[in-house]
Amino acid sequence: MKKYDVVMIGGGHNGLVAACYLQRAGLNVVVLEKNDWVGGAATSRELTPGFLYSNCSYVCSLFRPEIMRDLELPKHGLQVISYEGGAVFTRDGDYLASYRDHDSHRREFARYSKRDAEAYERYARGVTRQCRFIQPLLMRTAPDPFSFKPRDISELIYLAKKFGEFSAAEMAATLRFWTMSIANFLDEYFETDVIKAYLALSGIIGTALGPMSPGTAYVLLHHYMGEVDGSVGAWGYARGGMGAVTKALASSFQASGGTIRTGADVSKVLTRGDRAQGAVLADGEEVLGNLVVSNADVKRTFLKLVDEDALPERFVHRVRHFKMRGSSGKLNIALDSLPEFPALPAGSACIRGDLHFTDSVERMERAYDDWKAGRWSADPFVDMMIPTTLDPTMAPPGKHFVSCFVQYCPPKVEGRDWTDADRDAFAETVIKQISDYSPGFRERILHMEVRTPREIEQEVGLTEGNIFQGELTFDQLLFNRPVPGYAQYRSPVRGLYICGSSTHPGGGVMGAPGRNAAAEILRDLRHTPSNKMSLAHDVI
Amino acid sequence: MMMHLTALRRAAQGHIQTPRLETPFHARLAALSETNDWYSWAGYKAPHSIFDTELEYFAIRSTAALFDISPMVKYRIRGADAERYLNRLTLRNVAKLGLGRVHYTAWCDDHGHVLDDGTLFRLGLNDFRLCCQERHLPWLVDSAAGFAVEIAEETDEIAAVALQGPTSFAVLEAAGFAGVEALKPFQLSAFPHLDGTVTISRTGFTGDLGYELFVDAKHALSLWDRLWAAGTGFGLKAIGYDALNRARIEAGFIVANADFITAEAALRADRERLPDEIGLDWLVDAEKPYFNGRDAIFRAREKNSLKHILIGLEIEGNIPAEGAIVYHRGKKEVGLVTAAIWSPLAKRNIAIATLSRPYGSRIVDDLWVEIYALRELQYQKLMKRARIVARPFVKLDRRSANPPGRF
Repeated sequence: MKKYDVVMIGGGHNGLVAACYLQRAGLNVVVLEKNDWVGGAATSRELTPGFLYSNCSYVCSLFRPEIMRDLELPKHGLQVISYEGGAVFTRDGDYLASYRDHDSHRREFARYSKRDAEAYERYARGVTRQCRFIQPLLMRTAPDPFSFKPRDISELIYLAKKFGEFSAAEMAATLRFWTMSIANFLDEYFETDVIKAYLALSGIIGTALGPMSPGTAYVLLHHYMGEVDGSVGAWGYARGGMGAVTKALASSFQASGGTIRTGADVSKVLTRGDRAQGAVLADGEEVLGNLVVSNADVKRTFLKLVDEDALPERFVHRVRHFKMRGSSGKLNIALDSLPEFPALPAGSACIRGDLHFTDSVERMERAYDDWKAGRWSADPFVDMMIPTTLDPTMAPPGKHFVSCFVQYCPPKVEGRDWTDADRDAFAETVIKQISDYSPGFRERILHMEVRTPREIEQEVGLTEGNIFQGELTFDQLLFNRPVPGYAQYRSPVRGLYICGSSTHPGGGVMGAPGRNAAAEILRDLRHTPSNKMSLAHDVI
Repeated sequence: MMMHLTALRRAAQGHIQTPRLETPFHARLAALSETNDWYSWAGYKAPHSIFDTELEYFAIRSTAALFDISPMVKYRIRGADAERYLNRLTLRNVAKLGLGRVHYTAWCDDHGHVLDDGTLFRLGLNDFRLCCQERHLPWLVDSAAGFAVEIAEETDEIAAVALQGPTSFAVLEAAGFAGVEALKPFQLSAFPHLDGTVTISRTGFTGDLGYELFVDAKHALSLWDRLWAAGTGFGLKAIGYDALNRARIEAGFIVANADFITAEAALRADRERLPDEIGLDWLVDAEKPYFNGRDAIFRAREKNSLKHILIGLEIEGNIPAEGAIVYHRGKKEVGLVTAAIWSPLAKRNIAIATLSRPYGSRIVDDLWVEIYALRELQYQKLMKRARIVARPFVKLDRRSANPPGRF
């Protein structure tokens, strides 16, 4: 029976990134993917003829350029294109636009408040300063301050030196920033509600918290620390949808000799003694490997795929209490023509960016109140994008794919499981909101896929459909992600590693967890990873 | 009221159609422009040059030049506490700024780091205009808490033009601004123009005889025409920034976010600067009441913990040292040249540089700059000796002559 060096459970982007690095280091790697396609939550799926849906993740910024280069993803077809614009529609029939041009952006804010217009630069600089603080941490394993191992100590010294560049005032600002709410953070800069609502969205996306919950300011940073070709904070579309990212990864992996098995649903991690030895598939087949790496989230990995008797009690307890709560849903829609937004001037660039319909922080917080009560938000906030305004590959000419990220959407409805009727009612809530600002939207719909946490968990395997494999709050970051003492991609089971977004530095289509995990694995195998792994770029 | 605000807001949606604004003088500049060489100054179309930078520079130094400064950020500060407010905000003593006077000043954050420099005009007892490079409305508004002042951003509403050069007074005289001869340096006065007024101050950024004229934007073109018609006999030319930049380097003036990084623009804490670190120590008034950043500035002086110094350099040879690294003994890197030209007026190779103390303060000799001169696709690397010299590099008697000369 063939034995691989590495068995990768799950073919999401982090699993594929790790698999690529390990295969390129000379190991023999197999990726086991339960679906008939790879990609996890970074997929492009043709669910209706002629239309490609980025049906989970839908925009690209966080994916590390070092990884794109190391793994030659451009050669394997990956292109990321910047987009411009975006707008939040206001209930009085106006909008607040977002423009790439610096001065236009300021003048747009000035329509609401001259003060806020001049505060935007200050705000952007404040967030960028925080990015400088977090960036050195992304492409490195988070050091454990309590291990006293020489490597952890030298890493801590490295970070202390990096942070030595920061002034006392900056350190104080950072500690505040990492713990405060996005609403409070924005209040320190802006006076206009719609401006705050527009910027607050990044603080709560994918998170079961409201804009007034402490800890949400950091989540904003997580969405700001990406880049498109050195333009920090910019977002782009992956040409061909987010599946283009994982398609390129899969192609790069296979080109270096890796094996992908789709339709291979892992039901158990195979353990012999205290060592992981491979994986057992749903049909009973055993796939053997010297090492096992799980791209599944920490809960799925340790509560479903590994027997409890192989794990320490406190570890299991910690995993059980790792916050990975379903908070969002998704509508993927095929339209037979470009929707109209009467509030926007003809030809506005806004339509090529992110469109929102929630014009106050209070409305966002009230939407969160519904989630706490176990209901989807009656007045949800929607992050709507029409990538086909820039990408000609995702829909027939003149027709459009619309991605609507919707929050909040609970993992269970008032304590019971989702039904199809609930799902349809949830979709109706969203369509109705969009139609208030885009008459005729409903009539343009050719096909629609509605995904509540139920559908996301079923298909992608993300527990509760949590897009980050665990919330990005300060109690679940760095050496606490996912479990203290196990933040360096290893687990209590020898030979079993985790590499998904549950690990440092967290969620989003970033690839850094996969890369960092591969580096740790190669370190354990006494490989020197450095020659095939670029050092992190200095960006800012 | 609510509906009215919404309507105003919606009426402004179309700004995106003109992402680069035109200043109130743009029609005249565009008509005169031979080079069509525009850049964006704070979101406005502004000329690098109008016809020939070299000749434009000589207009400043030999006849008279008109330079559109409308994009300069302008704030109006009015109210019973205006003087008290500005005294707390800025480094110099505003109580000493007389009615109808202008002074150059700067303001700092709580850590004493310079937020910007600019000119403060006292238009009335309780009425001031602050002109600067960067935008500061949140800082100014937040600082106003507890003071009876009103702060308005008036960049768009007020057109401004600098008239600089040895014949600038003659131009104003010919344009009929009676009494302008009485203006001493840093003095301002209002003069009638059509149904309004134009505020003329004897100020400028060239180190030459010169004036700055502020007028309601709707009177901008008529003011331009009035000056232009008067200027025909006095060699009046419209100029772009490149020519002005040469003159300002000769005058030793610094530009925010070119010669130093303002505190709010700095991403790195070590790029922030105390006034003493950018040659603005002379603005700090030790006698006046508390002002923002005061404690940090005096503490740094007491503890001798100033880290940088901004200096003028005279460099051997004639190749401008723009962007060059400054070395001590040709080896140790001690600073950076932020602006440099061959000065046509001084016939010297001059530069403004920032050094890390004690270089430039205690250690002042054996300084060198490394110039990369691109000569037909090959860099000629030059190590040139540099000597610290006082700014301004060029001092012109006509700048401060009273009464002002006609040429």
